[in-house]
Amino acid sequence: MGHHSNWPEWVYVGVVIALMCWVGAEAWNAERLVEHVPADAEVIKVTGQQWFWTFEHEDGTKEIGELHVKVGKAYKFEIMSKDVNHSFNIHDYVVLMDAVPGRVNTVWFAPMEAGEHDIQCREYCGLIHYNMRGKLIIEDDSS
Amino acid sequence: MVLELQKPRPIWQIMFSTHHTDVGLLYLITSLSFLFMGGALALAIRAELFFPGSQIIADSMTFNRIFTVHGTTLIFLFIIPFASAVGNYFVPIMVRYKDMAYPKLNAIAFWMIPPSGALIWLGFADFTWYATPPYSIISAPGPAADMWIFGLKILGVSSVLGAINFVVTILKCKHPDMSIGQVPLLAWSFLTSSLIIIVAIPTFAAALLMLLTDRLGVSGFFNPAMGGDPIAYAHLFWFTFHPEVYVLVIPAIGMMYEIIPRFSRKPIFSHSSGIFAFVLLSVVSFSSWAHHMYATGMSFTEKTVFMIGTLAAVPASAMHVFNFIATMWNGRIKFSTPMMWAVGGIALFFSAGAGGVVNAAMPLDFQTHDSYWVVGHFHLFVMGTIAFGSIGYLYYMFPYVTGRMYNENMGKVHFVMSFIGTVLVFFTQHVLGLYGMPRRVFDYPPIPEWITMNQIASVGAMIIGTSMVIFLINMIHSSAKGKLADTDDPFNLGGKYYYPFESKNPHHH
Ligand code: HEM
Ligand SMILES: [Cu+2]
Ligand SMILES: [Cu+2]
Repeated sequence: MGHHSNWPEWVYVGVVIALMCWVGAEAWNAERLVEHVPADAEVIKVTGQQWFWTFEHEDGTKEIGELHVKVGKAYKFEIMSKDVNHSFNIHDYVVLMDAVPGRVNTVWFAPMEAGEHDIQCREYCGLIHYNMRGKLIIEDDSS
Repeated sequence: MVLELQKPRPIWQIMFSTHHTDVGLLYLITSLSFLFMGGALALAIRAELFFPGSQIIADSMTFNRIFTVHGTTLIFLFIIPFASAVGNYFVPIMVRYKDMAYPKLNAIAFWMIPPSGALIWLGFADFTWYATPPYSIISAPGPAADMWIFGLKILGVSSVLGAINFVVTILKCKHPDMSIGQVPLLAWSFLTSSLIIIVAIPTFAAALLMLLTDRLGVSGFFNPAMGGDPIAYAHLFWFTFHPEVYVLVIPAIGMMYEIIPRFSRKPIFSHSSGIFAFVLLSVVSFSSWAHHMYATGMSFTEKTVFMIGTLAAVPASAMHVFNFIATMWNGRIKFSTPMMWAVGGIALFFSAGAGGVVNAAMPLDFQTHDSYWVVGHFHLFVMGTIAFGSIGYLYYMFPYVTGRMYNENMGKVHFVMSFIGTVLVFFTQHVLGLYGMPRRVFDYPPIPEWITMNQIASVGAMIIGTSMVIFLINMIHSSAKGKLADTDDPFNLGGKYYYPFESKNPHHH
C-alpha cells in the first residue's frame, strides 16, 4: 500500500461525481418536459403484431402499415401488442415505446413539417422482425 | 512455477485431475475454443450485413439463431470460463494456498460447462440472449429453446459453485500471515465478482424455471394470455444480468491490475483504492438493472430512480481508470504484448463508459435503445475491455503455462489489428444506431448511411478475424516450438519485479 498522499484521486472522483450530477439533473429535467402530454392531443391506437402495425384514429378509421397525420397537431399513441413484444419506433421524431401484450403504453409527438418518415419495430419479435416496417405520412392541414 | 505443458502427460490425467492448475487449463482450452466458435458466428453476421438483401445466410431464422448463439457463447462460454481459468491458476497462488478450497467441487463446476455448451450449440435457439417472453413462450421453436434454457440453467449452477469456491479460498484459506488488505487486486477481483454471482444468479435461475414451465403450458407467470406479465421476466432477468456485466468486467480489470504495474515497473498507485472501487462496484451494480427497461412503459419516477442508480456506478469505474493511469505515470513502461492489450483495453473501457452514461440519461436512451448504438456500447465492454484484458493476460501467463515464449511480433500485430478492427466495428455501430438502425435485423432497407456504416463495420470485423488467425497460429506454434522462456523474468523487466508464479509459496514447487 502506498505511502504517498492520494488527494489527486479524490479531486478527480469529485469531478466525476459532479459531472454525473449534472448529467442526471439535465436528463431529469428534459425527460419531465418531454413526457408532458398536451391536453388536446389526439389519440391514435397503435397495435403491433407479427409482423405489422395497425393504427386506429379517434374517428374510428383504421390504417395498416401506413399512418397519416397532420402538421401542427399533437398526437398521443396508445401502444398495444396482440402477440409478442414489439417496439414502436419513429426514429426521426425520437418516438420509441415498447408494445407489450397485456399493457397499454403511451408516448406522444407533434409533427413539425410535411413529409414521410420510417416506422419500424425496434424490439426483436421473430422471423420478420427485420421487415416490420411502416410509413408515417405527415400532411399539410391545407391539403 | 506452473509449467503445465512442460512435462507431457496423457490427456486423461489432466481431465480427471482436481488440481487447480489442471482445472484452470481445462477452463482455458474450453473458453478459447468457444471464443473461436462464437467469433466465427460474428463473422457470418457481419458478412450477411455487408449489403442489404440476403448474402450468405439463406433466411432470417438462421440469422436469428446465429446471433443468439453468438452472444450466448461469448458471454457464457468464453468470458466467464476464461475468468475461471485465470482465477484457478492464480487465486490459490496469490493467497498462498495449495489448491482451491474444494478441489472436487471445482472440477465439477468445470465439467458442467461442456454439456451446457453442447445443449446451446446443438439446439441453436433463436430467441436472443435474453429469451424474452412472450416470444420465448409462444413463438420460439423447440427443442432449441428448451435446450438453451437447460444449458443456461446448468451454467448458472456452475457459476455459483465456482463463486463459492473462490470466496472460501480467498477468505478462509489465505495464508495466516497475509491480511485481507494485502491480498493482490486480481484475487480481490475474484472475491467481489464471486459475491455478485452468489447474490445475482439465483434470480435468473428462478426465472428460467418459470420460463420453462410457461413453455410447457403448466404455468403462466410471464404469459399475458394466462394472466402473467412479460415485464416481470424483464425485471428478474436484468436484476441478474446488470450485476452480471460487472461479473464479466471485474476480473478483466483485475487482470489489468497484474499487468499494468509490472510493465510500468512501478507499484500500483493505490492498492486500497483499487479494493475500495471493487467493493463499491459490486454493491452499486445492484441499483441499476431497470435502465434496460426505460422503454417498457415505466413511470417517470421509476426511470429516475434507476438513472440515479446507474450514474452512481460511474465514479467507481472511473477510479480504476485513474489508478491505472497514475500507475503508468512516470513509470518505465515496457510495451510488450500484454501491456499493449491492457492499455488498449483501458482506452476502450473509458469510451464504453462514456456511451453508457448516454444510455443512462433517460431522454437520450430513447435515441439509442435497441438500436445498433447498444450493440456498439456493450461490445466496447465485452470485446474492447474484457476480451482485451483477457487476451493480454493470456499472453502474460503463456510462458508460465507452456514454459515457452510466444512470438512477440505476432502478438503485437494481433493487438494492432484487433484494436483497429474494434474501433472500426463498434464506434461505427454507435453512429449507425444514431441513424436509427435497429439491432437484431437480418436485412435492412438500402438507406445510404446504413449501407456505408455496415460496410465499415464488416471490414473491421474481417480485420479482427484475420488477427485472430494470427493469434491462433502463434499460440499453437509457440506452445510447441517457441523458444524456451526464462521463467524467472520472461518479459525481461529486470528481475526485481515480483511475479506471482514464483511466489514463496510452500505448497508450490
Ligand atoms: C462495466 C461493464 C459494462 C458492460 C459489460 C455492459 C454491458 C451492457 C450490455 C450487455 C448491454 C445490453 C444488453 C442488451 O440489451 O442486450 C448494456 C446496455 C446498457 N448499458 Fe452497459 N455495460 C457496462 C457498463 C455500463 C455503464 C458504466 C453504464 C452507464 C454508466 C451502462 C449503461 C447501460 C445502459 C443504460 C444500457 C441500456 C441501453 C439500452 O438498451 O437502451 N453500462 N450494457
Ligand atoms: Cu416487432
Ligand atoms: Cu445494465
